Amino acid sequence: MQEPKLKPTSNVGSGASAVGFKGPVDWLATNLFRILLSLFVPLLTFMGLYAGFIFLRDSQAPKGVIAVVAIIWGVGGVAALYMVSNWLIEKLGDVWRSRLLPFVFVGPAVAVLMWYLALPTLRTFWISLFDADNVAFVGLSNYLAVFTDRNMFTAFRNNLMWIVFGASLNVIFGLLIAVLADRSRFEGVAKSLIFVPYAISMVGAGVIWNMIYNVNPNVGMLNAIYTGLTGNEAIAWTASSQLQPWNNVFLIFISIWLQTGYAMVLFSAALKSIPADLLEAARVDGANEIQIFFQIMIPYIMGTIIAVSTTIIIFTLKIFDVVQVMTGGQFSTQVIATQFYREYFTSQNSGYGSAIAIVLLIAVIPVMLYNLRSFGEREAFK
Amino acid sequence: MSSTQPKQQKSRLQIGAILINVSLALLVIAWTIPTIGLLVSSFRTRFDIQTSGWWSFFPHQEWVKTEVFEIPADLNRDGVMNIRGAQGTFEEFRAGVSTPDGKQRLIWIGNKRLGKLEVQQQQWISGYSLTLDNYKQVLEGKTFEIKQPDGSVVTEQGDNFIGYFLNSLTVTIPATVIPILIAAFAAYGFAWMTFPGRKTFFTIVVALLVVPLQIALVPILRDYVSLNLNGTFLGIWLAHTGFGLPLATYLLYNYISGLPRDILESAFIDGASHFTIFRELILPLSVPALASFAIFQFLWVWNDYLVALIFIGAKPDVQVLTMRIAEMVGSRGNDWHLLTAGAFVSMLLPLVVFFSLQRFFVRGLLAGSVKG
Repeated sequence: MQEPKLKPTSNVGSGASAVGFKGPVDWLATNLFRILLSLFVPLLTFMGLYAGFIFLRDSQAPKGVIAVVAIIWGVGGVAALYMVSNWLIEKLGDVWRSRLLPFVFVGPAVAVLMWYLALPTLRTFWISLFDADNVAFVGLSNYLAVFTDRNMFTAFRNNLMWIVFGASLNVIFGLLIAVLADRSRFEGVAKSLIFVPYAISMVGAGVIWNMIYNVNPNVGMLNAIYTGLTGNEAIAWTASSQLQPWNNVFLIFISIWLQTGYAMVLFSAALKSIPADLLEAARVDGANEIQIFFQIMIPYIMGTIIAVSTTIIIFTLKIFDVVQVMTGGQFSTQVIATQFYREYFTSQNSGYGSAIAIVLLIAVIPVMLYNLRSFGEREAFK
Repeated sequence: MSSTQPKQQKSRLQIGAILINVSLALLVIAWTIPTIGLLVSSFRTRFDIQTSGWWSFFPHQEWVKTEVFEIPADLNRDGVMNIRGAQGTFEEFRAGVSTPDGKQRLIWIGNKRLGKLEVQQQQWISGYSLTLDNYKQVLEGKTFEIKQPDGSVVTEQGDNFIGYFLNSLTVTIPATVIPILIAAFAAYGFAWMTFPGRKTFFTIVVALLVVPLQIALVPILRDYVSLNLNGTFLGIWLAHTGFGLPLATYLLYNYISGLPRDILESAFIDGASHFTIFRELILPLSVPALASFAIFQFLWVWNDYLVALIFIGAKPDVQVLTMRIAEMVGSRGNDWHLLTAGAFVSMLLPLVVFFSLQRFFVRGLLAGSVKG
């Protein structure tokens, strides 16, 4: 790769410390202009950004204009904030600069993470200790309700179904396709086509599969096949309690359709990393392809299988869009995330809804601990 | 190597190759058919969608009426009748009886006394009339006059998907660039600077990788209500920034900390500041990593439904495509001609991004994609 040229920097070492120390009044006099400037520039930046915000909030300009202004304002604004804070830090002495500069780099990220993810876990837990209107302290009784509510029980059962069927079938299909594609001349095309659904939104997938599962055999392909083969009445595959609890499986198929491409890509890369000598040696020793698959390939890529399964389990644990669009959580297809949405946003029960969110958090804690442990083992920070 | 193999083994290998390709083809077809169904349906009229499956778009054989005739009035209708070589009772003719050569089918239409029969023949049919009207109605916001099959005219409001498309774009581009910018700065800081709390903060980043974003919705929504950020572009950008930041920081840290140390050290000796090194050296060198995460975040934000649903709510000026489609599924679930066209509009950009930048996309996936 070509090495980019470094521009010579002139502003290094021009900090305040370079100026001789003669007493506060003198110092102030010589630096007044710089102090004013360092106040003025950030102020100007903030005013510019605020003006943009007001324009975006109140403007009646055409849609396209607003879109362009918003994009420039949003992206440019963040870049401007970094430049101004760096500019300010550069004005300081060497000591303060090296002390403060890391926080210019890391600070915004840490602040955003604190506001949007770290603190909310504590705040949500706190809210979950209060009643529906967030007034009276009720202790852990929301949690008691979560674990005794019949609807929640169904949601837990469904999430378990999602994890068991979703993760296992996803891994099986992903592995199957990766192995088949690895030996085919059409590998590239096949993998691309299998991967396409991964780029489709779950809402879009909801439209696609709502159509496939439609009761009208003229619309619903599955019913066209089913009634054509058996001559029976058409079935509402997801949108009725007729097939309960197996209507969940038809929802799970959708996520399998969406996610298999992801599993396939990872497995495919892992399979290609198996040394050819190893496979060749096994073949020379008389192992057949099935033995090679189960006794060499699977153990070799076990790490990837675990990683993929974990990712899919976390994904299915939080599954929301598919269920919400397909059934709205009716017909006993509710999952934890749709129950959370229903309790907090539809029923306006903030305490109960928050308790459900905390339950979801508790469910991912084992994975979090595993991540932290393997990060610690890597000793990235020596 | 193959020249030394016996012929038998060679043909077995060929059979194996065929088996592999056939099973692969079946899987690919199974995975592709749903999308094709959507695409085909989006070009069919409302009437066609309701009366025949999208698969009838492909050439297929179907019974088509060729003529109608009346049987002689003196034919006894209570027993077995022989009409043009086809034999059967009235009930059987009612259901349709094939002629002995199997090329034609006779169906009794009307009542028993009248004795009117229809002759049908198997014919190849394909390509019901396709139309762009669905897209016109979905994309534009004005009203449309739609001719019903029975001749009456219905006026319908267009769905203004162009507006929602622009909203999606306005939400997605900054919500992709801002987290990458912030994460790149942070990744550089974590990788190449020393400061108190460095390890603690990065541990927090790793811990937050898998935290479900549902946990944040309630408190952040409260903040947004008090800050008046609800339903604004800024609000949704910041939300996506927050939820995408752990993965972005983690991935970019992995990449940036792996860059060769001597490049940076020689830059320092030349007197470059951190900011200059970051801008002139690190960002250009990290383009592959930035691009893979950008594609990821772009698709994630474009396809997002939950975050938009909560933080945009009922503001049509800001609402994005996924929200509009979900709303249509709920309120007009049987307007398949519009739903399919709308869904395809929303899928267009992700598909273009995916097919043009597939290489980066796959690299991003392989770099690790545990998202909270």
